[in-house]
Amino acid sequence: MDELVQRFLSGDRRALARIISRVENGTPEGREYVRALFPHSGKTHIIGVTGGAGSGKSTLTGALAGEYRKRGKTVGIVAVDPSSPFTKGAILGDRIRMQDLTLDPGVYMRSMAGRGALGGLAPSIANVVAVMDAFGFDYVLVETIGAGQDEVEIAATAMTTILVNNPGTGDDIQALKAGIIEIADILVVNKADHPAADILVSQLRALLALSPAGSRRPQILKTTATKGEGLEELADAIAEHYQYLDETGQLAKHQEEDARHQVLAITRQIVLERIRAATPDEELEALVKRVAARELDPHSAAEDLAASVLI
Amino acid sequence: MSTTTTTAQIRVLIAKPGLDGHDRGAKVVARALRDGGCEVIYTGIRQTPEMIAEAALQEDVDVVGLSILSGAHLELFPRVVEELKKRGVDDVLLFCGGIIPEEDTAALSKLGFKAIFRPGTNTQDIVKFVYDNVKK
Repeated sequence: MDELVQRFLSGDRRALARIISRVENGTPEGREYVRALFPHSGKTHIIGVTGGAGSGKSTLTGALAGEYRKRGKTVGIVAVDPSSPFTKGAILGDRIRMQDLTLDPGVYMRSMAGRGALGGLAPSIANVVAVMDAFGFDYVLVETIGAGQDEVEIAATAMTTILVNNPGTGDDIQALKAGIIEIADILVVNKADHPAADILVSQLRALLALSPAGSRRPQILKTTATKGEGLEELADAIAEHYQYLDETGQLAKHQEEDARHQVLAITRQIVLERIRAATPDEELEALVKRVAARELDPHSAAEDLAASVLI
Repeated sequence: MSTTTTTAQIRVLIAKPGLDGHDRGAKVVARALRDGGCEVIYTGIRQTPEMIAEAALQEDVDVVGLSILSGAHLELFPRVVEELKKRGVDDVLLFCGGIIPEEDTAALSKLGFKAIFRPGTNTQDIVKFVYDNVKK
């Protein structure tokens, strides 16, 4: 393990790739790598890119990475695509939209499968991002699974969250709903060469005008990622957002919130694992059968299960 | 300790080196492996040997499958293998498929390709080959 960590710390990309696999698989060995590398993380600006399937997230992420390369910055990319709920298999196709970056030594791009996690990310995403952060990239871009209305997990990991919207995909009531739109720090209207792009921009602007006084209103930007248009402005808006977080003390607050979120999530997982390990399968099955037969309610069954360990 | 999130899916890179743009076969194989429970990274058409090797490194795949229909396999496959070696990626399972004449089998096997799947192959055979041969 030490040899791989040494290679990682000296900038060896194969070591980075190898370590990510172990961390992603959630093995005890993977946890050791996170332990060794976590102290090296915390220096990178982590940017989330989310939005609906087909909204252009991958193309935009690739184009944004290209803009950062023009500025002499290094970029790590993690792109998540969904796993099959039935076979656990996945097709990870985000590299197709980022071909130009493949041979750039200043970019590392990794495809991840969602592996059943909710929220548009993957179970080990926070650890994988921490490892990429520790590698020393100037920026880490995290592209979520195509998100609908409620996949807000990305905002816990990313300091700046970009929501990619498309023209012609719904009226202004969609934007008025609660959920994903509330976590956006920057709203991007991608495919801005679409005739309805300006209508969407004005709908979003009208919506933001309803925000409570004093709250920071996200910038609305137009991009055409396939043509590389609007990327300079996007990179500038991201930098401005980071500066705002830093100056208002929200960056530190975000780090704490992310830490709390992670500690509690892992604790929940550990407790569940202990309970599962301490419960014979027959005991669980007996409870399950009683709940299914409506002899017992699910909450009481869960209390029974937990009580065996948590005394 | 077993965990609910401990999973290690086999990771496969499916790539098309060279200039032919017909990727129906590559997509069918990618889909079969997906349904077989693998995580399949598909990079699209017209990849250079360098791009394929670099993707294999970054994605830390267990398997690389190359699809080719142009007839340039003896030109391009050795270069893919060379680029993989150059990057220290020397422990991946290699297979290939497409329009590949019988008489080239020996040359490709010498290069390290453990199987060649030609038109008419049952996709289940490809899935089985991957599961039987991946070192996990």
